[in-house]
Amino acid sequence: MLRIFRTVLWRDLLLAMRHKTEVLTTLFFFIIVISLFPLGIGMDKALLQKIAPGVVWIAALLASMLALERLFASDYEDGTLEQMLLSPQPLFVIVLAKVFAHWLLTGLPLVLIAPLVGLQYHLSGETILMTMLSLLLGTPVLSLLGAIGAALTLGLRGGGVLISLLILPLYIPVLIYGAGAVADSLLSHNNVQSYLLLLTGFLILTLVLTPWATAAALRIAVE
Amino acid sequence: MIRPMSLQAHELSCRRGDRLLFENLSFQINPGELLLVEGHNGCGKTTLLKTLVSLRQPDSGYVSWQQQAIGQWGDEYRAQLLWLGHLNGIKLDLSAIENLTIACALQGLQVSGQDVMQALDRMGLYGYEELPVRFLSQGQKRRTALAFLVLNQTPLWVLDEPFTALDVKAVDFLQGVIGQHVEQGGMVILTTHQQVDLTSGSINRLRLAA
Amino acid sequence: MNINWFKYAAPSSFYPLAGKLIPWFMGLALLLSLLGLYWGFFKTPNVLTHQKEYYRIIFIHVPAVWMGMWLYVMMVFWALVGLVFNTRLSYMFASAIAPTGALFTVIGLWTGAFWGQPSWGTWWDWDPRMTSFLILLFLYIGYMALQSAIDDSRRADKASAILALVGLVMVPVIYWSVNCPNPAECSSLHQESSTQQIEPNIFFAMMVMVLAFWFYAFGVVCMRVRTLILQREKHTQWVQELEEVQHG
Repeated sequence: MLRIFRTVLWRDLLLAMRHKTEVLTTLFFFIIVISLFPLGIGMDKALLQKIAPGVVWIAALLASMLALERLFASDYEDGTLEQMLLSPQPLFVIVLAKVFAHWLLTGLPLVLIAPLVGLQYHLSGETILMTMLSLLLGTPVLSLLGAIGAALTLGLRGGGVLISLLILPLYIPVLIYGAGAVADSLLSHNNVQSYLLLLTGFLILTLVLTPWATAAALRIAVE
Repeated sequence: MIRPMSLQAHELSCRRGDRLLFENLSFQINPGELLLVEGHNGCGKTTLLKTLVSLRQPDSGYVSWQQQAIGQWGDEYRAQLLWLGHLNGIKLDLSAIENLTIACALQGLQVSGQDVMQALDRMGLYGYEELPVRFLSQGQKRRTALAFLVLNQTPLWVLDEPFTALDVKAVDFLQGVIGQHVEQGGMVILTTHQQVDLTSGSINRLRLAA
Repeated sequence: MNINWFKYAAPSSFYPLAGKLIPWFMGLALLLSLLGLYWGFFKTPNVLTHQKEYYRIIFIHVPAVWMGMWLYVMMVFWALVGLVFNTRLSYMFASAIAPTGALFTVIGLWTGAFWGQPSWGTWWDWDPRMTSFLILLFLYIGYMALQSAIDDSRRADKASAILALVGLVMVPVIYWSVNCPNPAECSSLHQESSTQQIEPNIFFAMMVMVLAFWFYAFGVVCMRVRTLILQREKHTQWVQELEEVQHG
């Protein structure tokens, strides 16, 4: 089981390395969206600090959504998905490996770029650290939940727009607690721990449940 | 109790949209037999094959492997099975070696790098092993996918149009591989548009009329 | 009495049964809503002085909100039955319920806005219940959008069933997170409603309206299922032998 996980992970990372631009697109989308807000809202320091948690998290939501459409689409088009479904290896492990690769390529870069955002929005070092931590716990949940949407809309016309319609409402808890954690660290730090615990709880819940739903959705999509 | 190895279809019916493709289709394939599924375009050949390999649920009826429904076998059935569809199932950005290695890992086969190279050589891809498959011709891409047959020892092969895009030499070679598999007690189910003379094994023909 | 329920799981036997039931459902819905509204407007004492007359929207608002939620549960239930027993009719029920559920959710939000304006002084507030109801509407819309995007009805049924199932697991989590954006304190603008405190006449009118809405939902869902049956089974012999198909 570990072997198949490693193989699929290695495969998806290898494929991504041959198309580096796709990875960079998501990252730059994130940076651009975040850079646009001060231009639209105004550059007042206090205001920027106040909106920073929400802006960072909404940009992260949109960026991970943007990359979702390709998660299974190319495998679906060239028939490798059929081979995966017919593999005697457990499908949820394959799905988990693919989602993990997707997160390494689209989620992790957002976590690593967060300090830059912190500078743009005049955040303190402590808040920046909290932003990174909440993104680290939250973005895998986005990839895991998003995978269900990607599998459900596989091969449909306008699949990309449809995914956002299906999945964005499901992202709400992560948005609330992710942004809440950052906002809390700006003000008081009273509840930082409970926010992070909740995010960890979501992560475990989605880690256990979503691969099954995604696997079922993939089997339906290929019929 | 040793169950005889066989694949059976029990009164299968499939529809696409609201069009009935076939109804109450029953047949059996035993070791050393080849089933040639015939019929014109759109009569449901691919649908039938997908149903047999469990990629698709039949609308009624069921498929059984060794007297037990394939739904109950689950992954165990898939381990006995090799499927090659219309689509080659290879990644264009990976080389032939990488593609084959991954395909074998997915199937749970332990193969060495040497085995992979040999299989590719036998398919006439010597010198192209390291190139991204994107740069190969249609026929070469198909042969990369077919090299998996040479490596595979699963008893049941289900091949959808394996001869398309192949030149005469490759067709001959593929016929040999299929023939050998059948002679060794394997089972093959395939569809083809081309007139192919399979020389060995007992050939059953199934004609889908719709 | 022993009824063979599975007999009615076949579209061919459900179709005529539903045809006979629809007039009853719709008739009852009309009668009950007339009764409920009459009772609500003329038979209830003017007890709630601080709420004035506008509180009477409660007879639409509360039943609609309840229907919005219950119909979602019903939809998921039928989708689940479809996934487990692979019965075509239950998928049709699930997809027939969705538009009605979405309609009641919209009515609930709308009447809520009309009630909120005079009593809270605002059309919309990010009150937890309002927010989660808005999200419920999004879930309905997502379900319907997915279903209409897939041409093959079999895949559409199963895919949307999985979505509904995921939605059901997520709804409590979403509701809770919206309710308690700060884990340390939870609050709501809505009064803690309790059926015991309600004046009996108001309660009666409300319950009659709930029943009326249920019968309306039954009727309209049956109508939609009948249409779906005709669409999906149009090649079968029994549909072609139907009078309305032959003369239509």
